[in-house]
Amino acid sequence: MERKEIVVVGGGPAGLCAALQAARMGAQVTLLEGDDRLGGQLVKQTHMFFGSQKQHAGTRGVDISTMLVKELEQMPNVEIRTNAMVLGRYEDGALTVDDNDQFKVIYPKKAVFATGASEKMLMFANNDMPGVYGAGAVQTLMNVYGVKPADRVLMVGAGNIGLIVSYQLMQAGVQVAAILDAGPRIGGYLVHAAKIRRAGVPILTRHSIKEAVGTDRVTGAVIVQLDEKWQAIPGTEQTIACDAICLAVGLSPFADLFWQAGCDMKFIPELGGHVPARGQDMQTSVEGIYVAGDVGGIEEASSAMVEGYLAGLNAASALGYGGETVQTQRTELETQLNDLRSGPVGEKIRAGLAKLYAE
Amino acid sequence: MRLEEHPILKFNRGKQVTIYFDGQPVEAFEGETVAAALHAAGVYHLSDSHEHHRPRGLFCAIGQCSSCMMVVDGRPNVKTCITKVRDGMTVETQKGKGDLGWNAKKS
Ligand SMILES: Cc1cc2nc3c(=O)[nH]c(=O)nc-3n(C[C@H](O)[C@H](O)[C@H](O)COP(=O)(O)OP(=O)(O)OC[C@H]3O[C@@H](n4cnc5c(N)ncnc54)[C@H](O)[C@@H]3O)c2cc1C
Ligand code: FES
Repeated sequence: MERKEIVVVGGGPAGLCAALQAARMGAQVTLLEGDDRLGGQLVKQTHMFFGSQKQHAGTRGVDISTMLVKELEQMPNVEIRTNAMVLGRYEDGALTVDDNDQFKVIYPKKAVFATGASEKMLMFANNDMPGVYGAGAVQTLMNVYGVKPADRVLMVGAGNIGLIVSYQLMQAGVQVAAILDAGPRIGGYLVHAAKIRRAGVPILTRHSIKEAVGTDRVTGAVIVQLDEKWQAIPGTEQTIACDAICLAVGLSPFADLFWQAGCDMKFIPELGGHVPARGQDMQTSVEGIYVAGDVGGIEEASSAMVEGYLAGLNAASALGYGGETVQTQRTELETQLNDLRSGPVGEKIRAGLAKLYAE
Repeated sequence: MRLEEHPILKFNRGKQVTIYFDGQPVEAFEGETVAAALHAAGVYHLSDSHEHHRPRGLFCAIGQCSSCMMVVDGRPNVKTCITKVRDGMTVETQKGKGDLGWNAKKS
């Protein structure tokens, strides 16, 4: 059994920033990451980031991660453990951890859960066939391991993730047969969509996938057009030849630890599903448990980072660290978050947060 | 197939090793997951589901969905998307729930 001051679970942008901020204020921080490398979603992002300058927009995601990790590794009061998957959280505050194949029990004074999100599945015939992937899996294969996932991919979902992963596939020499979206409009930023269209890839709105074709690996897909009520229009089916179908139909928060801790949970579609209720200070209904990043609502790395700083700041200041500048820093971070969420892009997240804070 | 050239990324592969897929040697590199190495070798069908024996392959690649479970070094239900290769490792297509005999034999 180990006792720790602040434990951060998850080493994506949110967790890295939470750990950094608390450590800068002088707290003893332990960062637990289940994977063998830090960075979360960032390590797979080869594109220049959108967002605000303060959160390194214009820098490639993977480079942002390297920057944050470098600073963290230099801090003497930070302990980083990779291959350390948090398995559960118990009533007495214990975290159980599979730490490099060893079972450990850790009691933190304060905990920040920044576990990110997992991909949503979609219902269609043969959706369990080899060759049907989450968009993240395809990214992991090609951008982390340098393995070509397929020769010709059908992408389902024209939000930012679908568009960006399509572009990354093309960079890796994979053909993109088409990008489908059930909605009437392309959900992602038009700069991304334009790049893909210029390369000759059709983006079919009001289309969905009906069936994966193949025996033990995908050889094609049957797609179908949808009407205004999102129903398939009979007779509009067509078969597209492809050896992979890639799903980019949204993420849902990976909120298991909050459920286990007994945090009040709310179902908010705008935030991606069930998320823990929380205050502006990022603290959940269970004292000493803070949330940051996609697990508290699917958004972007930029806001995940600011939420991380804020959660780290509040956890450390609750333990008496930080001194007089804390309030100024807190206000500054809250302002940054509001700025990120202003404008039309932030509309959905603002609606979600309004529901979250409504009591 | 492995990517050798990429406009942005450089892949620093580890030492070359050999793993055995259903008895056949497969080239792999240290640091790779079993599922990535099999993919590179053109193996996509990793297991058969328990109820209807439907073929299953890689889906999430981050250890969350259990679609990639195989028998590794005789041990069933290993998530190959988060298990790194090791020289001489044996990997078999898992049929159904997997035989837990390995555990009984050990203890
Ligand atoms: C294709 C794509 C393109 C994107 N482009 C942009 C962009 O241009 N700009 C932008 O701002 N955002 C972008 N994003 C979004 C951004 O990547 C995410 O919003 C951000 O990574 C969320 O950060 P996070 O720290 O909350 O979660 P993640 O990055 O998902 O990190 C969570 C971490 O927690 C770990 N973890 C989970 N459970 C446990 C556990 N029980 N124990 C230990 N560790 C655990 C995971 O292994 C992971 O490392 C993009 C996302 C994708 C998929
Ligand atoms: S592919 Fe999902 S657990 Fe391995």
